[in-house]
Amino acid sequence: MDGTADFALEEDGEGGARLSLSGSYLVSTIGPIDQDLFAIREQIGAIDLSQIEEIDTVGAYITCRLAAEHNADIVGANPSVQRILDAIDRTAAGAEMTPARVPVWERVPYALAEKVFAAKSGIFGVVGFFGQILLGFGALIRHPSTFPMKALVRQMELVGVSALPIIGLMSFLIGVVIAQQGAVQLEQFGAEALTVNLVGRITLRELGVLMTAIMVAGRSGSAFAAQIGTMKLTEEVDAMRTIGISPIEVLVIPRILACTFMMVLLGFYASIVAIVGGAVVGQVALGIPFFTFLERIQEVVPSYDLWVGMIKAPVFGLIVALAGCYHGMQVKGNSEEVGRRTTMAVVSAIFAVIVLDAFFAVFFSEVGWG
Amino acid sequence: MLDRVRQPPGEPPIVVEGLKNQFGDFVVHEGLDLTVQPGEIIGVVGGSGTGKSVLMRSIIGLQPPTAGSVTVLGKNITRADPDENIGVRCQWGVLFQGGALFSTLTVGENVEVPLKQFYPEIEPELRRDIARYKVLLSGLPEDAISKYPSELSGGMKKRAGLARALALDPKLLFLDEPTAGLDPIGAAKFDRLTKELQQTLGLTVFLITHDLDTLYEICDRVAVLADKRVIAVGTIDELVETKHPWIDEYFNGPRGRAALGSHKRANG
Repeated sequence: MDGTADFALEEDGEGGARLSLSGSYLVSTIGPIDQDLFAIREQIGAIDLSQIEEIDTVGAYITCRLAAEHNADIVGANPSVQRILDAIDRTAAGAEMTPARVPVWERVPYALAEKVFAAKSGIFGVVGFFGQILLGFGALIRHPSTFPMKALVRQMELVGVSALPIIGLMSFLIGVVIAQQGAVQLEQFGAEALTVNLVGRITLRELGVLMTAIMVAGRSGSAFAAQIGTMKLTEEVDAMRTIGISPIEVLVIPRILACTFMMVLLGFYASIVAIVGGAVVGQVALGIPFFTFLERIQEVVPSYDLWVGMIKAPVFGLIVALAGCYHGMQVKGNSEEVGRRTTMAVVSAIFAVIVLDAFFAVFFSEVGWG
Repeated sequence: MLDRVRQPPGEPPIVVEGLKNQFGDFVVHEGLDLTVQPGEIIGVVGGSGTGKSVLMRSIIGLQPPTAGSVTVLGKNITRADPDENIGVRCQWGVLFQGGALFSTLTVGENVEVPLKQFYPEIEPELRRDIARYKVLLSGLPEDAISKYPSELSGGMKKRAGLARALALDPKLLFLDEPTAGLDPIGAAKFDRLTKELQQTLGLTVFLITHDLDTLYEICDRVAVLADKRVIAVGTIDELVETKHPWIDEYFNGPRGRAALGSHKRANG
């Protein structure tokens, strides 16, 4: 256990009081006494260190600051203490204690302006990124032998195949819930049979693809941003550039292709599983036999409902992959940025998907596919 | 307040006995003994993969050894949990190879972290001041305090790491290749700074290095790691006399000679 720091004030007459410090002036003992020392209002003429048992740089710093504030002399320091004092004195000489704070009326407009310029460069950034991807596609079409086939297959596995269980479960439950809730409402009109129409149309047109896109944004979009972001931090992306490998071609394009293509398959799969879920409810709760339910689906769901879903799916996949890769490539600086960009990738992807879905709904009903 | 382990003066601050480290089937250390004397700068050298960093990690308790004992400042820490409060963690400072600064904090905040952790009773204002002079003490310019690690050059990162290592006024300082990746001028400055701090603050320094100039300039003794243990400890002159083939090649190779030549020229 360390000793404690102590001090005593004696009237000396010449130039003020004499402050004797005694005990240990260490980082571990300074906490309780620091405020008391700076609360001394009397003029101190000399600081006596001869009673000091131990002192470290923190103690020396306190002593130097006290001496500077009172314009006092430091006396009684033995050679080793003097060395520490000198070292601290050298660093503290002439330096401003606390940097001046920028006043609030300058800080707020400045922060606002930064946001505006960040938004502007964000838009430029996205457009530029899209352009880079198109150029990357162009380069790959001219030199098909350099196409990163392995990366593409790997990403397809990660985005598509490994997502099958979770998306299957999710879609099945959605189908169950729609059928069950729909049946409860339609029963009031004696129209339980229309549950088939409800399940078939809503899953194929809307929910199958939309929910899959949200799931893929959470699963794969975030993974894209985090992977590419970490590679940016560890300078792997820079290393690729120096070797003449375009990160757009080997990192971004496989992910975008995989995500766009697998979204179509996953969206279709999700819709089918949701219909199966609805059919199970039909069998169990509504008394509609399982296969009758499926046959009715073919009769009541127009084929364009499937096309509506399948046209939206690749667009959503593209959006999710673009958001993930773009935010990943924007990472710079520190590990916190990776987390921030990953969040932004997921949020912006889901937001864009839902907004686009609304536009698609209007568009398809206008062209007569309502 | 925290209980700090106190050690009577003159006792060796680091004693490693019969240390064995094993990863799977791969034995890094076996029967390794090392005693560090108080107030010295001990250089640790050895070929790549001889486990210099593993030795350091064992001493600071990040790598529980397979067998043997590690005593730091008179306290046996061999079986201590890496997160346990054992009263010696506040008395050593560690500079990792890459600096290992917390990337989301500024340099000043990095230095404040150990102070806040161990001595929460220190007023925030004083803590900021302490962090400030530590940064200056480690040779960084004033404006570096509010910079983030990503805005610093490699050499500045090392200095910032040193400032954090010195935050608690430790008795022991561990430096893992402090001059690697620095330009010769920066490396020489860093060496001088280490020596100066050691003399001013009475530190014991455990220094892993590949830099022959550092060995000649500032190390009081050098420990050579080979064949899974410390094969020799002593001044460079003593080491050369052992006639061990690896040591001989190390100090009498072309680079060793060049470093010796420049050391002799510098000291007349």
